[in-house]
Amino acid sequence: MELILAIAIGLLASSGVWLLMRPRTFQLIIGLSLLSYAVNLFIFSMGRFPIGAPPILGPGGQGDPASFADPLPQSLVLTAIVISFATTALFLVVMLAARGLTGGDHVDGRPRR
Amino acid sequence: MSGWQQHLAVAPVALPLLVGAIMVALDEQRARLKAALGLASILLLLGIAVFLAVRLHAGIGPGIAVYSLGSWPASFGIVLMLDRLSALLLVVTALLGLAAQLYALPRWQRMGAHFHALLQFQLMGLNGAFLTGDLFNLFVFFEVLLAASYGLALHGSGVARVKAGLHYIAINLAASLLFLIGVSMIYGVSGTLNMADLAARIPQMPAANRPLLEAGAAILGIAFLVKAAAWPLGFWLVPTYAAASPPAAAIFSMMSKVGLYAIARLALLLFGTGTGASAGFGGTWLVAVGVATIAFGAISVLATQDLPRLAGANVYISSGTLLAAVGAGQVGVTGGALFYLVSSALAIGAFFLLIELLDRGREIGADVLAVTLEAYGDGEEEDEEDDAIGVPIPATMAVLGACFLCCALLLAGLPPLSGFIAKFAMLNALLNPAGLGKGPALIPWSGWALLIALFLSGFATILAMTRAGIRNLWATEDRAVPRVRAIEIAPILMLLLVCVGMTVAAGPVMRYMQATAATLHAPQDYPRQVLGRAR
Repeated sequence: MELILAIAIGLLASSGVWLLMRPRTFQLIIGLSLLSYAVNLFIFSMGRFPIGAPPILGPGGQGDPASFADPLPQSLVLTAIVISFATTALFLVVMLAARGLTGGDHVDGRPRR
Repeated sequence: MSGWQQHLAVAPVALPLLVGAIMVALDEQRARLKAALGLASILLLLGIAVFLAVRLHAGIGPGIAVYSLGSWPASFGIVLMLDRLSALLLVVTALLGLAAQLYALPRWQRMGAHFHALLQFQLMGLNGAFLTGDLFNLFVFFEVLLAASYGLALHGSGVARVKAGLHYIAINLAASLLFLIGVSMIYGVSGTLNMADLAARIPQMPAANRPLLEAGAAILGIAFLVKAAAWPLGFWLVPTYAAASPPAAAIFSMMSKVGLYAIARLALLLFGTGTGASAGFGGTWLVAVGVATIAFGAISVLATQDLPRLAGANVYISSGTLLAAVGAGQVGVTGGALFYLVSSALAIGAFFLLIELLDRGREIGADVLAVTLEAYGDGEEEDEEDDAIGVPIPATMAVLGACFLCCALLLAGLPPLSGFIAKFAMLNALLNPAGLGKGPALIPWSGWALLIALFLSGFATILAMTRAGIRNLWATEDRAVPRVRAIEIAPILMLLLVCVGMTVAAGPVMRYMQATAATLHAPQDYPRQVLGRAR
């Protein structure tokens, strides 16, 4: 489980960073999205992986304080998803404006040759 | 604090949020109503901030007030943590917000949609970031202030703004992801996100977990350094700030201080004195990066040819100075640095506003021409003898010139204004770590590096500002006197008068700064106040 998740995070992050370095705005935004997926998985993994553990308390109110699924990273991931979704949407608008003003999709605003 | 007054701590976040939300719902035609609402909100914010600061400073105890949102006890619930540093920065933010709001009234509010609402959200994000006692909430408020700043940076639109804004947003989104990685690593190691709780847990942390903690803190630090525009992470700053509309740039001069605030807060709280094996973590790096940023800023001010970029380059110097001063880790230096922070934030804000007034009625490319003439000589100099005497300076230019002179003095740190007092306090503390007249002490290399950087950057700023002043105010070229309205000069005068006030009342203000620094350098007080128990 740990290995699979680590590989997934690594793949997403490395593809994201690669795309971030590319000169087209579309690649940039996909890169940022991939990076944010990697980060979300990373935050989630910081709550450890107690398999089959209840969220704090099990049914009937019994719970083992030594083993429960930490709800905090999950709520952090939720917040991070919402925020990155919103900022990505905002970024998209700016990109469309840049496309309209410069006539190209280069990140430095150079027109397409 | 008791009764309704205790709830004032949440007002700097709640009030602009509410007012901003109302403004979004209002029609764009009702600009007058929006302006009145915005002005009332900012004036109220200023009043509340001053009240909180005075109350906190006059009270007994360590000067840390805690407001538990929803009355959940700290470390389970989210807290707002108000200490002298937060209160001080709330006041400065409100001042700059007021200046931006006033300046935008005649012209800039009509240049695009939702200026007033964006300004309110920007203030909400700034205030929240200064108040929050929780790492993840710090992230949320950072995003709020950044989202508002994206809108403000693009206010007025145009190719230059959109191009600079694109880079600015991309870099800040990437930095926010780093921020999240750092926060989650710290949570994974320590099991808490409450800053005071972290300060209580870090000294007891087992040695095996420390590398992870320090890695998380370092990643977090890089995210903050990007926002603070430290060299080599801050190349986004000058194009963005120079392209932004002047009121937006004025409030941005506070925004670049948020990263510095976060670094100062966390470095001193989590890795300050008496915090166990990790004490002083990153201090050397902060000094090195700070001095490099000052050097880069000094070269930038000398190299820039137009005024907006000159102001942006001054932000580098200010950021670098503050970074290095925080890294030095001495109470006296921190106190001086806080004085410097207020003085430089107000001066840079005033300078950004002033520039646009000076640039009015000026041809594009005149700066480049002037430099070329300087470098290659001007063939027309001889035939100017006839009318050299008796050319009156218009009153507008005289006022603008006086403001420019004040900005130059403040930014370069020359007497008699507050910039000098701030630099003097820092130099004094660096040269006499044990206090004045307590005999010679060994000054570490970092102290010398900061000392030299402070002198050289001041020198570079004088040169650059003098050159810019001569070219823009005493230029022999024919130029129209800019049409300036009183309401546009008023915010600049207000910001500069606050700096003059800080100079006149330097004693009490410096005592406040030193008390702030003393609180910051005693991190063991925070857990006691916030969690209600000793560490």
